[in-house]
Amino acid sequence: MIELENVSKSFTLHNQGSAVIPVMERVNLRVNAGECVGLVGASGAGKSTLMRLIYGNYLAASGRVMVGDLDVAQAEPRQIIALRRETLGYVSQFLRVVPRVPALDVVAEPLLAVGTPQDQARDKAASLLAELNIPERLWSLSPTTFSGGEQQRVNIARGFAYDYPALLLDEPTASLDAQNRATVLRLIEGAKARGAAIIGIFHDEAARDQVCDSFVDVSAFSPQVAA
Amino acid sequence: MGAQVKEQDMAPLLQVNALTKMYGPRIGCKDVSFDLYPGEVMGIVGESGSGKSTLLNAMAGHHAPDRGEVVFDTRADGPVDTLKMSEPERRMLGRTDWAFVHQHARDGLRMSVSAGGNIGERLMAVGGRHYGEIREQAADWLGRVEISDTRIDDRPSAFSGGMQQRLQIARNLVTGPRLVFMDEPTGGLDVSVQARLLDLLRSLVREMGLSAIIVTHDLAVVRLLADRLMVMKDGHVVESGLTDQVLDDPQHAYTQLLVSSVLQV
Repeated sequence: MIELENVSKSFTLHNQGSAVIPVMERVNLRVNAGECVGLVGASGAGKSTLMRLIYGNYLAASGRVMVGDLDVAQAEPRQIIALRRETLGYVSQFLRVVPRVPALDVVAEPLLAVGTPQDQARDKAASLLAELNIPERLWSLSPTTFSGGEQQRVNIARGFAYDYPALLLDEPTASLDAQNRATVLRLIEGAKARGAAIIGIFHDEAARDQVCDSFVDVSAFSPQVAA
Repeated sequence: MGAQVKEQDMAPLLQVNALTKMYGPRIGCKDVSFDLYPGEVMGIVGESGSGKSTLLNAMAGHHAPDRGEVVFDTRADGPVDTLKMSEPERRMLGRTDWAFVHQHARDGLRMSVSAGGNIGERLMAVGGRHYGEIREQAADWLGRVEISDTRIDDRPSAFSGGMQQRLQIARNLVTGPRLVFMDEPTGGLDVSVQARLLDLLRSLVREMGLSAIIVTHDLAVVRLLADRLMVMKDGHVVESGLTDQVLDDPQHAYTQLLVSSVLQV
């Protein structure tokens, strides 16, 4: 479902003497449907960078980034937007909220985007928010005012509202209490069971061992010679 | 916007080819080309004088470009170069399938006509004749842009800046256009009013499946509204792509400067 071939990434800082900073080389990675691969490696090794490359948020310098049958490294914006709507979900560490939109609508939005009827989308959003222990009195409020932990749970609910065939999870269990952590792990296992291909970053080793089928050490992709 | 339609199979709504506008020896915008697909929202950013407004006005037919094509997929005849259309044809397009939201609401409104009249006028221009229906639609649109229908008979000069801007949007969208040009739609408004307007634009664009081209210097506005982005400098497009990719991983020196110049709140 997700396959990276010989991907490299560098940043060129034009305003700092055009310094070229290579950050990743020869990335090869494959994730099949129903499989969860954990990215490991020290902080700064490039785990989040790799995720952003797959999501099309960062532009690969070379190589192929296949998600389904689309090469994200070469795709047109509208193809990536369609991919993000229908195929590839991403739970980042931070919720980017639009002012004034209620939490329930934030969670229902991915379902509405694929044409799910409004009442069905809202029912699903409500059950996810309840499962993640967001008090019902908060559902009609914008998450801008929520605590960090609540925002993160809204973000997770949003990421699992629609059944994406592929999912990127950046620290989905960080700073959750035991009960919510168990709920998130259950959601991940549910997604695997229905055939989703998942790439995750987990600092929580117990969580990592519970849901991941294999691991990829991102440090192996560090450029050999420092520029 | 639905997954029902495979976007890859759709024809572009607008094709701009090598559009060039000179002001004497000075470049307004040069060799700008892109395709815009149905439902896509494109942002154009750049500093003052970068040519972004010149480009917008040249596309919208407000001033004649020196070279290039602006091909629109019309309902009746398919793709037509709007620059070769007759003046009445283009004016008709401007009242039906196209809309233009000005930065200053007073440029897009008739200040001496009531709020309801401002909305109704566009309906009458496309053949609406039944007073009751026009008034009903005007009231409905005032509601959609969050203006109380008790203000339907008030003139826009009695409205706040944010209300005027919302009224201008209602006037533009009432005829169900397919393509909306916007020139700094949130410029000059308070941040709280901006947020409300952005949320409104965002939901209208989604509900109506509109295509839009938004010129702004505010990167937060494009991040919120635009699917894709074009960065202009000195009349040239220096970079374009998916909005979050251009903002988070800018490739061109100028875009990097632009992105790193934004104050963090």
